[in-house]
Order: sequence, then structure tokens, then C-alpha cells
Amino acid sequence: MTVRADAIIVGGGIHGCSTAVHLCLRGLRPALIERDYAGRHASGVNAGGVRQLARHVAEIPLSVRSMDVWEGIQDLVGDDCGFDSHGQVLVAENDEELEVCRSRVADLNLRGFIHEELIDAKELRRLVPAVAETCPGGIVSRRDGAANPARTTTAFRRRAEQLGTIVREGIAATNICKDGKLWRVEAGGETYEAPVVVNAAGAWGGRIAASLGEPVPVQTVAPMLMITSRVPEFIKPVVILRGRKLSFKQFANGTVLIGGGHLATPYQDTGETILDWRRLQESARTVWELFPVMRNATVVRAWAGIEARTADDLPVIGPSAKHDGLFHQFGFSLHGFQLGPGTGAVMAELIATGNTNTPIDGLRIERFAT
Amino acid sequence: MTINRPMRDEYDLAVIGAGPAGLAAASLAAQSGLLTLLLDENQGPGGQVWRAVTSTPVKETRLLGDDYWAGSKLVEEVRASGAEILQGATVWSLDRHLEIGISAGGGSQFIRAERVILATGALERPFPIPGWTLPGVMTAGAAQTALKSSGLIPDGKTVVAGQGPLFWLLTAQILRMGGRIDLVLDTTERRNYLRALPHAAAFLTSPYFRKGLAMMREVRSKVRVVSGVTRIAASGNGRLEEVAYEAGGRSVSVPADLLLLHQGVVPNVNLAMSAGVKHRWDDIQLCWSPVLDANGGTSVEGIAIAGDGAGIGGALAAVERGRIAARAAVEALRPQAGAKVPSMETFRAALAKAERGRIFLDVLFRPSKQFRIPGGDTIVCRCEEVTAQDILDSVAIGATGPNQLKAYRRTGMGPCQGRLCGLTVTELMAEARGKPPEEIGYYRLRAPVKPITLSELASLPKNESATKAVVRG
Repeated sequence: MTVRADAIIVGGGIHGCSTAVHLCLRGLRPALIERDYAGRHASGVNAGGVRQLARHVAEIPLSVRSMDVWEGIQDLVGDDCGFDSHGQVLVAENDEELEVCRSRVADLNLRGFIHEELIDAKELRRLVPAVAETCPGGIVSRRDGAANPARTTTAFRRRAEQLGTIVREGIAATNICKDGKLWRVEAGGETYEAPVVVNAAGAWGGRIAASLGEPVPVQTVAPMLMITSRVPEFIKPVVILRGRKLSFKQFANGTVLIGGGHLATPYQDTGETILDWRRLQESARTVWELFPVMRNATVVRAWAGIEARTADDLPVIGPSAKHDGLFHQFGFSLHGFQLGPGTGAVMAELIATGNTNTPIDGLRIERFAT
Repeated sequence: MTINRPMRDEYDLAVIGAGPAGLAAASLAAQSGLLTLLLDENQGPGGQVWRAVTSTPVKETRLLGDDYWAGSKLVEEVRASGAEILQGATVWSLDRHLEIGISAGGGSQFIRAERVILATGALERPFPIPGWTLPGVMTAGAAQTALKSSGLIPDGKTVVAGQGPLFWLLTAQILRMGGRIDLVLDTTERRNYLRALPHAAAFLTSPYFRKGLAMMREVRSKVRVVSGVTRIAASGNGRLEEVAYEAGGRSVSVPADLLLLHQGVVPNVNLAMSAGVKHRWDDIQLCWSPVLDANGGTSVEGIAIAGDGAGIGGALAAVERGRIAARAAVEALRPQAGAKVPSMETFRAALAKAERGRIFLDVLFRPSKQFRIPGGDTIVCRCEEVTAQDILDSVAIGATGPNQLKAYRRTGMGPCQGRLCGLTVTELMAEARGKPPEEIGYYRLRAPVKPITLSELASLPKNESATKAVVRG
């Protein structure tokens, strides 16, 4: 049987689901094909950081646009997604690091971005009372925060289906090819046809791009996270370190999420990951040093989600350089969660109008053309 | 020899759990010359069935039964075998490279083994009735732990409810020690007697038959037993005050200070699943069981499972399964040493004898649906206080399995890692979606399978890059 749609989205992560929602809002009817279930990998198991802070300049406009979408997330998807906005704080552990912060904020200001604000030791202590006394300051992005990633991705998936998206989970998209003006994708014994295909396949996005003649230097990675049992509230904003690999967030229920980008070994074909406890130990030790209050907290679970990291640590977003009707939206390189809601809006805009008002020039696939 | 931390970083064989299977496995492997480490989280060997066998204050042998004291012989054997024994050591991580994360004496460390035998035993099946989370309601197994390690017995108004071989054993043990039991509520389904009948012949020759019958008779002679109980609810203001039950269509309420619940045990799958071992749904024992070859070998190269963790079989079968798994390890690592120990055929014959009639027990004591699959506002997940209705509501808006359910309700994400709710969640979702449990699946389990403190984790011996990271900071 052949299923006709306006667009075929490959991948049911936050990005694919968000693009589906936004295409529906523009009156189009997409089909979304997910080989496992929505949010199974990176989208459902990441740290949940909703962060404009410390991003590469090329993706700041997209991040800022996404922030606007986050602030109306309840109206968009009918669920608050666990989103809170207590800010994100980048901690400088010494004067040298604070100097780097100072020039970063000055540079952003010259470019017209004002979301990052330099803070001194006093303001740092006010925002994060539990941080070690020796830290001289940092940067805050006050609109930032965190959300529940599995809940968010699930909410987007649910909303997409309510708005008319054909959602297929548990089947893999295969044989993606173009026949005349239409793209064809086979999945679960059926053929899907549409003038548009969106490659939002996360860790699998590189393979799809390569199979269509647009290879991107991309590797599969699995950043590790661990979470503690509930401890009394002691910190509101998300904290990341300037020098060491650590991110740190206490949820409203008291549990504390510890991340920072140390990597597990991914086994992409089975979806499994093997944790590197010696690296998690480094995170534990960093927390032990910076937040003495955490020393007797209990680690209840650690995990890693599989995703794609590109050679320049920036995502691939926008139309294909080779094929009409093919769009890429993958390679978010450990920082795609916050971008999901906004990137879906930009993709829908690109697909429906051929253009976008959000600058994405540094993110297009052309940058990897040889 | 008993020590506080592993003496080496690498072993031929690591055995996890010092119950019947683990003791037997470690003993045989060490006797055959394998460099063997036996890890156990309790303060002394024995597991649950032989808990505190070397330290219990209960010295009168009659009270705990001959089968209990049989454990001390195996403990002697393993102590003489040359195996390194580490008590008070919690294994919180195992991966497919056979790297094992251990927490002992306030610190953590990793070891590696050529082979691993998991002998982590069983857990009590959840018994989610209304009010089961009230103070004053506990599992019979927890009561047995208190009895064996500290000689503690109930002295208030006590009701025990449930079924299964261990149910009768514990009830008998409490009574022999002078503990108070006012009422026994037997939840065995009457039709199960008919269903089990075809398997009765085999059970007649089982070593458990005579003992089991004697124990049930002993209990009935001392306490009132109500059979065919079809509903149980605990209630009270802040703690247990009353137990209501239904039997033969009649509803009765009795006052109670303590309600002990037990409806059988199921394999403790957490460590095996977190290591990636493939499991299947066992439709007879109504639980997840590892997929194993004849030697207890799993889908992960080098990891074997013995004892009740391999599927419920009882202590005698556990011992033989432990020996089989250990002999397979010996054959793989030191083929020439295998000649010194009894042949595989000897152990297989002993296992067959120990397992005789097991199917009879499985069918007779198959817990009934109303005690496995709760409804309404009965709590399913204690850690996050999620009710059966909450789960049904989540299914209605799109949660398809236990892992998806986490996004809606955080079930299984608390400190118990699904031990107290996992089976209930699988069966409840299967029922709600009209699918077999196999298709619904189970939580993806992750290390640490037992909680460890941040300080313990931070205390892992430093490697080079860790040292650099600290210096740089």
C-alpha cells in the first residue's frame, strides 16, 4: 500500500516531532517514521538543558528563536514539558577563566546579542549559593532553564499526531529515493510518497545523507549522565563549568542531574551504550569539590543516549545542496535539545515558503561540500 | 579468608552472590584452580535462604529446619576452597566487557574477570493490594530476614497472606519460634489444584513433597487458615489497623497490627539486564527470565547465571546450577583441571532430581490476576507514588511500554530501580493494551543497579586523565 503525505519525516526525536507539529500548523500533512519510539535515544534521555548560554555564534539566532517557542510551549503542545526558567550559569573557577568570560560577553554584545551577562562573585553566590567560595564569577543567561526531555519529546509527538501527522513507530525507513518529483520511502511493508523528505534521524542522519550522495563528517557519540536521589533544594539555575566538563541541575523533585559531555561507547546497531565509569568518576569528583553539600547524595542511575556529532560541532540544517525536496536536520552534536522547538519552526518555514527569517547560513550542508 | 577489598584487579572468575548457587560455584571453581572472587553484599554468606547461617542468634536447629543448617556445610567448603571471599561488597555495575563496579568499605573500585557467574537470586513478587504501602504491612521475606539475622518475631495481632512454598515455610518458622500469628489467608486459587494435578506424579518424588506437606499440616494445626481468599485490602489511619478479605463470597474484616504478604519469588534481573543479558517473559512463572544455554550461559559472552536468578528452582537446584556454571567456566579456562571434579553429567542428574516436580509448584502457586494486576488508586510505584489508574491514564494518551511510561510518570526511576513495581507495570500495561507481556517489555535497567554515594564513586582509584583533570582545575 502507498501512503501519500506532504512530507516524510525520518526520525521521531525532538527535531522530527517538532518539524511535524510546525508543518501541521502550516496546513501540511506529514508522515513521521521512527525506527524505535519517539524520544528513544538522545531526545528522550539528554540532560534537558534549555540553554542559549555558551553557544557557537552560528547557532545563536536559531537558539534565540527557539527560546521564544519554549516560552509558549504549553500553548504549542498542551503540556508544560517540565520547563522551568531559573537561568543557566557558567561558572569561572579562576580569574583567567573569568577573563575569557568577559571577552565572550563583549564580543556577543558587539554582535547585538544580549542574552549572556557577565556576573561577579557576589552575583554568582546569590544565584548559586552552594558553589565553592573560590569561584570569581561567570556568565548568566537568565531566560534559560531546563525541561524534562522525554516528556517534551513525547508531548511534541502526541501534538503532531493530534494535528494530523501520520506517526509510525517501531519501523525503520529504508530505500529513500526520488522518483520524478516525489520522494519514496519504504517502511514496515508500506511505501510513503511525498514531495519532501526531512532527514531528522539523529545518529542515523549521517548514513542517510551519505546514501543520498551528501556525506557529512559525522561520528556517533553517547554523552553520559547520572542522576542522584532527592536532596533538599539547594540550587535553582543550571550550572555549567567554563574549564571542566560538568553540567549540573537540580530538578523540582530534588533529584540532581550531573552531566558534562563525557562519552560512553555507543553500539549504534543495537542501540546500546556501555558507560565509562572512570569518566563518570571524574564528574563525581568535580561535583565533590565544587558542591560539598552533594557528597553524601546517592547516585541512582547513569545512562547515555546515542546521537551524532559533526566535525565542527554544529548541526546540519536546511535544504540539501543536491536534491530538491530533501531537507537535513541532524548532527546536533550534544546540544540539540533546546534547538528542537525552534528548528522545527524554521524547517516548516523553509519547506512551506522556501525561505526563513532566521539566519542559518553557518549551519547548511554546503559547508561540508568537497 | 575474609577481607575488605579485592586483592587483585583481575580474576579468572567472579561470582556475584553468596547464596546456594554462588557458594557452590565459587567453591568448585576455586578447587579446580581458577582464581576466584566471591562477592556478596551481606555481612555474612548464605544469601536469603541461608541468611546469617554463620551468625544467627537462633541456635536451636529445629526452629529453622535442617535445610537451613545445610548451608553451613557449603560455607565451610567454600572457605576451604581457596576462593577469595568479599562480604559487604555491593556490585553496582557489570558490563559486557565483564568489568565489575564494586562498592566496599566506603569506596569503589573496578575489577575484571574472564568469566562472571551471577548468583543474585530472587526477589519477592510485588503484592500490590490496596493499602500495601501502609506502615505495618511488609513482605514475609523482610520478616524472615529479621527473624534469621536478629531472632525478631511478630508479637502483635498478625495476619499472613499469600501463597507458595516459602509462604508456608516462613509461617512455620515464625510459629516454631513462638511468634504470634492470628490468621493465615491462603490465596491459592482453588482451580489451580486441578490444573496442577497432571504434574502431581513428578512432585510426589520431589524432595520438597514430604517436607512441604508436613509444614502445611504443622501450620494448620496451630493457626486458623482461610483458604480460597480472593480479595485482600489493608487499611488504617497512618498505619495498618484492619485487614479486609473475601473468601467464598463472604467479606470479613479483622483488626491487625502486622500484615505479612508473600506470593512467591521471581528472578532478580537487575544486574543481568543492565549488563545486556537477553531475557524472555516466562508465562508459567509470570516473570522475566534470562535466556540461557544448558550451562547457564547468557547472551553476553562470558556471563552465566545460576540459582534462582536463572528461573525459580529453589536452593537444591541452585547448588547444582552453580556447580554446572562453574564447571563450564573451568572447562573454558583450564580444560585439564576439569578432570579433578565430578563430571557435568553428575551435576545434570542431580539438577534434574532437584527440579523434579517444580512445574507442579509453579502451576499450583501461580498467583492469581487480581493480586498481580491492581486497579484504581492502589499504588503501583512506591518510589514515585503512582497508582494503577495513573498508569492506565498514561496508556490512554499514548504510553506504550514501561520505558515510555517514564516520560509520563517517572515509574521505575526512583531508588528501587523497578524492583518493587516492574512486573506490575509490565502486566498492567499488557492487560490495558491487550498485548502479551513479552511485547510490552521491561524497564531498560542501568547501573548503578544498587545506589552508591557520590563520595564512594569519587573515591575510585584515579587514572591518568582523572588526575590531569583535577590538576587542570
